[in-house]
Amino acid sequence: MAVLSFVEVADGKIKKASVEAAYYGSKVAESLGTDSIALVIGEAGADVLAALGQVGVKKVVQANNAKFNSFDSKVYTKIVAEAVAQSGATVVVLSFNNNGKLLAPRLSVKLKAGYVPGAVELPVFNGNTAIVKKNVFSGKASAQYQVATDVKVISVNPNSLAPVKGAGVAEVMQVIPTTVTDADFGVVVKSVDKITGTVPLTEAELVVSAGRGLKGPENWGMIEELAKEMGAATACSRPVSDVDWRPHHEHVGQTGLTIRPNLYIAVGISGAIQHLAGVNGSKVIVVINTDPEAPFFKAADYGIVGDAFQVVPALIQEYKKFKAAH
Amino acid sequence: MKILVPIAKVPDTTSKIAFIDNNTKFNADGVTFIMNPTDEWYALVRAIELKEKQGGEVVVIHVGGADADQIIRKALAIGADKAVRVDADPTDAYFVAVQIAEHAKTENYDLIITGKETIDYNSFEITGMLAELLDMPAVALVSKLEVENGVATLKRDVEGGTETVEVKLPLVVGAEKDLALARIPNMKGIMSARTKPLAVVPATGADKLTNIVSYALPVKAKECKYVSPDNVGELVRLLHEEAKVI
Ligand SMILES: Cc1cc2nc3c(=O)[nH]c(=O)nc-3n(C[C@H](O)[C@H](O)[C@H](O)COP(=O)(O)OP(=O)(O)OC[C@H]3O[C@@H](n4cnc5c(N)ncnc54)[C@H](O)[C@@H]3O)c2cc1C
Ligand SMILES: Nc1ncnc2c1ncn2[C@@H]1O[C@H](COP(=O)(O)O)[C@@H](O)[C@H]1O
Repeated sequence: MAVLSFVEVADGKIKKASVEAAYYGSKVAESLGTDSIALVIGEAGADVLAALGQVGVKKVVQANNAKFNSFDSKVYTKIVAEAVAQSGATVVVLSFNNNGKLLAPRLSVKLKAGYVPGAVELPVFNGNTAIVKKNVFSGKASAQYQVATDVKVISVNPNSLAPVKGAGVAEVMQVIPTTVTDADFGVVVKSVDKITGTVPLTEAELVVSAGRGLKGPENWGMIEELAKEMGAATACSRPVSDVDWRPHHEHVGQTGLTIRPNLYIAVGISGAIQHLAGVNGSKVIVVINTDPEAPFFKAADYGIVGDAFQVVPALIQEYKKFKAAH
Repeated sequence: MKILVPIAKVPDTTSKIAFIDNNTKFNADGVTFIMNPTDEWYALVRAIELKEKQGGEVVVIHVGGADADQIIRKALAIGADKAVRVDADPTDAYFVAVQIAEHAKTENYDLIITGKETIDYNSFEITGMLAELLDMPAVALVSKLEVENGVATLKRDVEGGTETVEVKLPLVVGAEKDLALARIPNMKGIMSARTKPLAVVPATGADKLTNIVSYALPVKAKECKYVSPDNVGELVRLLHEEAKVI
């Protein structure tokens, strides 16, 4: 028995979502009285991997071949399944992030394992049966999934569980054997287009977002400045990206990205249900809007009824003061 | 080119979410059901565009009861050539994926294009499960898809950017916004949809790997705390001391 978490490395660092998955895996291992093992596919530094001990990982196994550096769901499924067999893992934990959304269900089929996508809490075990909570209806409700298969696959919703770090150091085992051959590869990466200099929206803990209330693209300077001060990512409502005031990758909501940051600041956004669908998983929501009747206030933790063109510059000044004092 | 598009039936986004039978069942009373938006706007339309350019056939498949025939007809009206409905209650993703895979195995599709997660269960399971059941490569969160000489070029979302990849057909694709421009069925489409074939087939026996035991609504609605626009410093203080997010 063991709990195996799948960990992704990007730019020499463990992805934030994967740190959460590994932490979740360690917590599950703790409750089952077994070991927390992490699997890393592709090249990664041993010191980076050993640091997984901070979130309770005992042992890191690695398929560290340069051939595995880019994501191919079929190849990765095979490797993870092999690591499950070798470690005797009964629970496999991944992140419900871009790659996890393809890898986890594939693995579920390969292992004939019940799969819970996007868990928001730790599972509760009763013998061989696990009950796991996940959000449904875009965060408007939750559901308890029951899984009783011998092996269980769980993907963790990003930002659902804040890892508590200790001082542990994981033992790093190089290279696990795999039977992957060249014939298994199907996806050839031609180019990568990263938006540089900004925090990726889906990984961001703080997000500053604005909507049509800002009147025009020329007014986004203060939004960018506030985001920069806070180390936040920027987002926008759909009409704003539809008319190209902002790039499409910033659009959040039912038809755009779903995000769950610790803090979401919405400036000049009315709070239509389709917008809320993408953001109401945020821990804390701040709404700044001139209209006291704007529906967004119903979903907000803190609200300022006021003009963005006064409130945002004031907020930048106040935040600078705060930063200087802390 | 033969393309299969699995379509899901979901409650309209403005539906009131409530549960019955001791919180074990979604209350469908008075709820309007629609085709899952990414299936309709992106997966289906891109499939039709590829067919229009290169010839071939677009088949839609749905696993569910007869009450879904309306959304299936809509898919035909938008431009799919024929439809298959596997007559079964789509309660578990693995069960649904097996039904679609069984059909796909008999037809040699070049491409299978699903939507993104359905807007009710937000599961994102079928795309990966199908690929594994069919032993095919898969690419999800795809916002661009071109096919030439049996090779697909796709743009997919990665954290903080996009990646362009090439994959040989056959292939499973998970659609994302921007893959196509949504189409509204026209009169001719609606008329011809009535006579296009819709085959209703029985389900294949398959295991269910998960089971939803109960639902819950958020415990309480949020109570918004208001801060005066003349006292923005107070907001910063609250975010730090009370909410502890900065
Ligand atoms: C099927 C479907 C899918 C959709 N998907 C999405 C989606 O994914 N994401 C999304 O965002 N939308 C989506 N929409 C659109 C959504 O319904 C709303 O139309 C949209 O979110 C509104 O954007 P907005 O709040 O920026 O603009 P508006 O609704 O125009 O609101 C602007 C707000 O700014 C306020 N304001 C004006 N001036 C100021 C000022 N000086 N200072 C402060 N506040 C000010 C106004 O009071 C108002 O509340 C979808 C719609 C449909 C039908
Ligand atoms: N009952 C169903 N019948 C056919 N296709 C489905 C069904 N449910 C989901 N799908 C497809 O699978 C995709 C992902 O759904 P899901 O994995 O359930 O979030 C959808 O966008 C559809 O393309």
